[in-house]
Amino acid sequence: MGIVTPGFTGRPRAEAPDLPPGQYLTPDFPVLSAGPTPRVPRDQWEFVISTETGTEHRWSWDEMMALPQQTPTVDIHCVTRWSKLGTTWRGVCLDTLLDGVDTAADYALAHSYGGYTTNLPLADLRDRQAWLVHTYDGEDLPAEHGGPARLLVPHLYFWKSAKWVRGLRLTVEDTPGFWETAGYHDYGDPWREQRYQGD
Amino acid sequence: MTALPYVDGNMLDGPLGEVFAVDLSTATGRCAHCGTPGPMAALRVYPYAPGLVGRCPTCLEVMLRLVRAPDRAWLDLRGATVLEFPMPLDRPR
Ligand SMILES: [Zn+2]
Repeated sequence: MGIVTPGFTGRPRAEAPDLPPGQYLTPDFPVLSAGPTPRVPRDQWEFVISTETGTEHRWSWDEMMALPQQTPTVDIHCVTRWSKLGTTWRGVCLDTLLDGVDTAADYALAHSYGGYTTNLPLADLRDRQAWLVHTYDGEDLPAEHGGPARLLVPHLYFWKSAKWVRGLRLTVEDTPGFWETAGYHDYGDPWREQRYQGD
Repeated sequence: MTALPYVDGNMLDGPLGEVFAVDLSTATGRCAHCGTPGPMAALRVYPYAPGLVGRCPTCLEVMLRLVRAPDRAWLDLRGATVLEFPMPLDRPR
């Protein structure tokens, strides 16, 4: 009585109470890459949202930067098991970009310079849950971390936060992306440990 | 009664087991994107990712993806039209 035995419950102890199951804390910011790093000059950069009817909404770099900006501080969780807490970004909330987009789509396929894709329910890009970010920790987002701009969807595993993002295709049907067609989970909720298909 | 022109996938165990038992690094693959053939050992493999991604050294398109879960694995070869493996002459077919 009164003796606390670590591990008595049989569950692995998380290093911090804020970590989803199976994750460890890292002070670093590991660079994950499935291919060569695209180098996209800002004066050639664009972001395009296309709807299920074929309508396209485009923003140049200057147009994107002229939109209202937010500075979210969020925890990020990579499916390779590292988590990083309290990361600070700056960019445009996806609600702002989706505001004038008339769509009945339920899904989005994010696509990137370099060919990467990842799919998300459109609802997960709304309600202040997702951003198009161009700044990390007060500095321009480096190319190896997805600059000039990447998606930030911190409530899902970080592979959903597409680096070098170029646009969103809004679709009625779900279209699995690069990792989702190779075994990874369609949704990827770190708190439910949805790493692989069927998890 | 006519026999079906196909059998179930269990018959693949032997032939595929033989193929996957060989060393893939000795195989030659043809890129589905640019058509260039070459040794699989020459692929550019990006291992610092949620899975292994092997890219064609000529056009850098994806030829192979291998994702390994603790209890499962996924192999995607849609980017490789054909693989050629050297086989020992003394192995019965
Ligand atoms: Zn090629």
